[in-house]
Amino acid sequence: MTRTGRWLRGSAGLAALVVTSQLLAITGIVPREFLPPAGEILDRAAHLAGNREFLVDLGATLRAWAIGVAIAVGIGATLGLLLGGIPALNTAIRPVMEFLRPIPSVALIPLVSLILGAGLATEATLIVYAATWPVLYNTMYGLLEVDPVPQETLRVFGFGRVAVMWHVRLPAAAPFMATGVRLAAVTALILAVSTEILAGFGDGLGVFIAQAQQAAEGTTDVLAGTVWSGALGLLINAVLERGERRLFGWHVSQSGQQR
Amino acid sequence: MTAVLRRWIVVVFAVIGWEVVSRRAHDVFFPPPSTIVERMYELWVSGPAAHAWLTSDAIGNLLPSLARMTAGLAAALLVGAALGLAIGRSERLFAYLDPLLQFARAIPPPTLVPVFIVLLHLGTPMQITSIAFGAIWPILLNTADGARSVDPVQMATAQAFRLPAADRLTRIIIPSALPKIFAGLRLSLSLSLILMVFSELLPGTANGIGFELTDAQSRFDLPTMWSAIVLLGILGYLLNTLVLAVERRVLK
Repeated sequence: MTRTGRWLRGSAGLAALVVTSQLLAITGIVPREFLPPAGEILDRAAHLAGNREFLVDLGATLRAWAIGVAIAVGIGATLGLLLGGIPALNTAIRPVMEFLRPIPSVALIPLVSLILGAGLATEATLIVYAATWPVLYNTMYGLLEVDPVPQETLRVFGFGRVAVMWHVRLPAAAPFMATGVRLAAVTALILAVSTEILAGFGDGLGVFIAQAQQAAEGTTDVLAGTVWSGALGLLINAVLERGERRLFGWHVSQSGQQR
Repeated sequence: MTAVLRRWIVVVFAVIGWEVVSRRAHDVFFPPPSTIVERMYELWVSGPAAHAWLTSDAIGNLLPSLARMTAGLAAALLVGAALGLAIGRSERLFAYLDPLLQFARAIPPPTLVPVFIVLLHLGTPMQITSIAFGAIWPILLNTADGARSVDPVQMATAQAFRLPAADRLTRIIIPSALPKIFAGLRLSLSLSLILMVFSELLPGTANGIGFELTDAQSRFDLPTMWSAIVLLGILGYLLNTLVLAVERRVLK
């Protein structure tokens, strides 16, 4: 299938959805109060782009997201480097990590909000906790699975551990680390919105959605907010995926992707 | 054997360290592990032998949570695998649906919980729908990926022998997509656990582990909160191990 063909069919799919939901609303099969038609939701979402209060909400979510991701990448990469680079540390800390990791991060929202109160500190802490894992694991596994032959070659020529790390292991692990960062960015958005929905007040996209859910005729707003959250998710993923492809297009993990 | 031993020794030391530090510090927010374990026992497994030692709290909160999660995940698996197989085998269908799927997948799953509260009101149907919708994507996309990469020679052979379409599906396509389906299932499992908790955390829910968590939060009952968190960690670990065991059996 050509690129144009794929693009045309994709647009046709989207158009079909909008038209169907519009028809269902006009004929009264799906009452407007129950589920507003897609056109109305998209229209509302577009209007929100010019709404100051909504932009403040969006900004608050993005700020917490950015702070959280930055800290998580810092911690995750550092810990991953240590655990991937120092075998003794790995044996010591790995078991504890394996016990912490299965805890679903949203279950920590009530505890952290109780300790730190509602606000940016709570939101950022939860984002950091959840987003550190993918960076940490991808860095660690990236380093551990580097081809041993070039490493040993360098060692034979008298290079030290640090030099091997810098010249061989880090460059080989970089594409995996980049994937970890992308996963962390997506996870961070999930935690940001979840924390805000549960907090229910303050600023944030999740707060907007939670308040619309409480409002008498807020269905359209809830759905328009959801459209925005999806758009944010798409944007974050697309930007980071493009960055990965540009930086690491040479790597095997990239050549296998067909889309 | 020594590896297993070493693994546990570190964990045991970590727990002992936590115990000593939190006993010294007397911080209400971080109770010692012994207090948490004691609370977990009192809360959930100190019941009569006739109920397998489960307390009424365990029956009233843990079982509904698990039932909802199982129902949601089962729905996600059925619908996700069926849609994934269809999309994976038909390039056309995939082209029509691709933008929609990309968008739906990009929505942070917990955002859908308020949407389903508005549409279905609070209650079990809303919770199951949220779990299913949140957990379906990894299964769907992985299945599509697996179905797409079926060996063309096998398919051509099947066609040459005039194998009926149903047989082609059950004997060639599904078996070769199975490893991918399981990979998706494991991701979906952790998502469904997250959504199970999240859908119970919102005000207005009547039972569940998440409800116990917010209820304890409102009473400032830190040991119970920690107990629920530890329990969720154990559940996550056990469920993942279970899926891995099934996977190993099926794919042997």
